[in-house]
Amino acid sequence: MRMLTPLIAAVSALALTAPGYAKTIAVAAGADAQRRLQEALIVAEPGDVIELGAGRFDLTDGLSLDVNGVTLRGAGMEASVLDFTGQKGAGEGLLVTSDQVTLRDFAVENPKGDGIKSKGADDIVYYRVRVTWTGGALTTNGAYGIYPVESTGVLIDGCKVSGASDAGIYVGQSKGITVRYSVAENNVAGIEIENSRNALVTDNYVTRNTGGILVFDLPNLPVMNGGDVVLARNLVIDNDTPNFAPKGNIVASVRRGTGIMVMANDDVSVVGNRIDGNPTTAVMVISYPNTFEDPRYNPTPRRVFIGNNVIGRNGYAPQIDGAAQLLAAFGGALPPVLWDGLGVAPTALGIADASAWSLNLPAQAASFETARPAPLRLLPPPPTTLGIMPGAPVSLDARIGK
Amino acid sequence: MKLLAAALLLTAAAVVSARSPHIAFVNDSAIQSATNPATLADFHFFSDPARQVPVKGVTPYRLNTPLWSDGAEKLRFVYVPDGQKAVADGEGLLKLPVGSALIKTFKLGARLIETRVLLHREAGWVALPYQWNAAQTEARLVLAGARLDLTTPTGQAISYAIPNKNQCKECHALSGKVVPIGPKARNLAAAWLTEWQQSGRLNAVPAVSVHVPLWEQRERVPVAPAARGYLDANCAHCHNPAGSASNSGLDLRWEQHDPVKIGIGKRPVAAGRGSGGLEFDIKPGDPAHSILYYRMASLEGGVSMPELGRASLDPDGMAVVARWIRGMKR
Repeated sequence: MRMLTPLIAAVSALALTAPGYAKTIAVAAGADAQRRLQEALIVAEPGDVIELGAGRFDLTDGLSLDVNGVTLRGAGMEASVLDFTGQKGAGEGLLVTSDQVTLRDFAVENPKGDGIKSKGADDIVYYRVRVTWTGGALTTNGAYGIYPVESTGVLIDGCKVSGASDAGIYVGQSKGITVRYSVAENNVAGIEIENSRNALVTDNYVTRNTGGILVFDLPNLPVMNGGDVVLARNLVIDNDTPNFAPKGNIVASVRRGTGIMVMANDDVSVVGNRIDGNPTTAVMVISYPNTFEDPRYNPTPRRVFIGNNVIGRNGYAPQIDGAAQLLAAFGGALPPVLWDGLGVAPTALGIADASAWSLNLPAQAASFETARPAPLRLLPPPPTTLGIMPGAPVSLDARIGK
Repeated sequence: MKLLAAALLLTAAAVVSARSPHIAFVNDSAIQSATNPATLADFHFFSDPARQVPVKGVTPYRLNTPLWSDGAEKLRFVYVPDGQKAVADGEGLLKLPVGSALIKTFKLGARLIETRVLLHREAGWVALPYQWNAAQTEARLVLAGARLDLTTPTGQAISYAIPNKNQCKECHALSGKVVPIGPKARNLAAAWLTEWQQSGRLNAVPAVSVHVPLWEQRERVPVAPAARGYLDANCAHCHNPAGSASNSGLDLRWEQHDPVKIGIGKRPVAAGRGSGGLEFDIKPGDPAHSILYYRMASLEGGVSMPELGRASLDPDGMAVVARWIRGMKR
C-alpha cells in the first residue's frame, strides 16, 4: 500500500497534464444549451476537455468555470459561437475562476457586460478566441472583451476582439503576461495593460480603435505599480474611431487617434512597432491626469523608452485643445511623441530616434489650459533595467502546441 | 440466511426513512458525503418540509439586516452536529464545525421557490441550490441553476434566477474558497446568540460593540449604520479585498472606514457602462451622481448591482442609501 501511494500521486499529476487520462465532454449547440453547457462546466474534472460543437449556443445567463486544468474548446472562432444576445443576468459572458484553464477556438457574441473574464485564474491560455459585439462601436456594449485580472501567467494568442466600449483585450492587476498575434479592431482601447507587471505585447494588429495600445497604472487599486512592459512589433494603424466609452471610465478620456499611450508605470519599452494613421499622436507618455488620494501611488511615468519604430503619418488631426495653432506651429502634423512634461527628465522618458514635443504641464493633475507646448529635445535613453524579456511562462506554449 | 434477511430488512428501512418526511433527525452522512444528494429531503432537515418545520437540532435564525432578493421571504436555519459546538469569533462569522449546514429557503407569497444549502464537509464548504416543484412536495438539486417567471410581492413580473453551483460560490467566495456570509455575530440578535449558546450549540456569546441595526427599524436609527448594514449585507460579499469584486478596489464591509475604499470620491475602474457616465462611486450629497446608487437603480445586465440575485428594484434599500449619501457633506 505504501508503495502504491507515490504511484497514485504520479498518475494524478499526469491526469492534470496528459490528455490521455482526461475525458472529453461533448456539448452540441441547440436547445437547452444554457443548462447543458453550464452543467458540463460544473461537473468537469481537472484534465477534462469540454468540446463545443459547431453552431450557435443561445445563452440566457452568464457561464462560469471553477475547475482547475479544464480545456474549453470549440470547432473554430467562426464555427462555435456562444451567443449572449438574450442574456438576462451576470456581469460577463464567461467567468473563469480556476487555474491552468485553456480557452480555444470559439467565439463569444454580444455579452451584456464583459466578454470573458478570468479572475484569480493563474496560467490561463486564450487561443484563437473571438469576442464580438456585432452592432459595432456602441456605448451600450460591454466594457472588456478578453479580461484576465488578478492572475499570474496569462497567454493571449491569435484572438480577435471588436466592439468593446472599454478595452478589447484588457489585462489588469496581473503579472507574467503575453498578448500576441491578436487583432483588436473597433474598440475604445485595442489592447490595455493596466496595473500589471512583466508584460509582453507583440505582433498584434490594432486598428480602428480610439486608442491602439494603452499601458496604464491607476490609484486606489489592490494591485499597483505597473511596469516592465515591452510593446514590440505591433501594427498600430488607423486608430481613428471616435471615443464611445461611457463617461467616468478612464478610457473615456483617451483622445481619438492615439496610437500608443503610456500613463504612469515604470520601465516600458516601445520598440519595432509600425505606427501609422493615428490622427492625434503616434505615442503619448503622460502622468495620471486626475487628483487622487493614495500614498502608495506614483502618478508619473518612469524610464519609458521609445526605441526605433516605423512611424508613418500621425498627429495630423489631433483631438487636443488649440489643435489648429499647434498644427500650424509644427508644420501640419504634430511630432510623433507627446509628453506631458511631468516626471524627472531624462529618467522619465528616453527617445532613440523620433521627434517629440512636451505640454510642459506645471504639476500633476494640472488643467490643459496651463500647458506651455514646445518641441522637446531628444533625450538620451535611460539605462535599461529590464533584465529578462517579460511575458507569460514559456510552459503555457505547450498547451497550444507551440 | 438470517443475516441476509436482516440485511434486506435494513435496506428496506433505509429506503423508507429516506422518503419519510417524519424522520426526527438530520442525515449527517448526506451533509458530509462527496456526492451531492439529488433532493433536499435526503438531508432530513425538516420534519414537515412543505411547512418548513425543522427537525430537532436545526435552529431557525434571522439576520438583523439581510440580503434583499426580489422581496422573497427567507427562512434561515443552522445545523450543528450532535455533540459539537459553533465557536464565536468576535463580531465576525460564527465558526461552524465540519458537519454543519446552513439552510435558506426562498419563498414568494405562499410558494416555496428554492432552498439553498451550505454544507461544511471535510474538504471545505459546498453550496448547492434545490428547486421546489410546483406541487411543493419536493425540492431537487439544480446544479446548473434555473430561471422561472414569477411575480414579486409588489406585483412585478420577473425572470427569477436560481443560481448555479458556481454562482453560489461567486458570492460565497473568500480568496477562492466557499464560506458562509450571513451568520456574523454583529448581524445576529444578542438574544438569539444567548439562546443558542444556552442550548449548547455555541461555545460562548460573543461580545459585539455595535450590532447591525434591525432592517425594519431603519427609519428610527441613524442613517449611516442603517445604510452601511445594508451595503454590508447586499454588496460586501463580493466587494471586499478577498471577494469576487476585489479588483474593483471598492470595499463595502461594515468594518471598513477608509472613505475612498467605501467609494467616497473613488473613480470607477472596470465599470464600463456601469458607470452611467458618472465620475465617482459616491459623490457626497449627491446620490443622483453616485455610481453606487445608479447601479442599485438599474435592472440592466452589465449595469445592475448586485450582479446576481436581483431582477427588480429594492425601493427601501435605495431610499436608505440615497438618504445616507444625501446627508454627506459636499
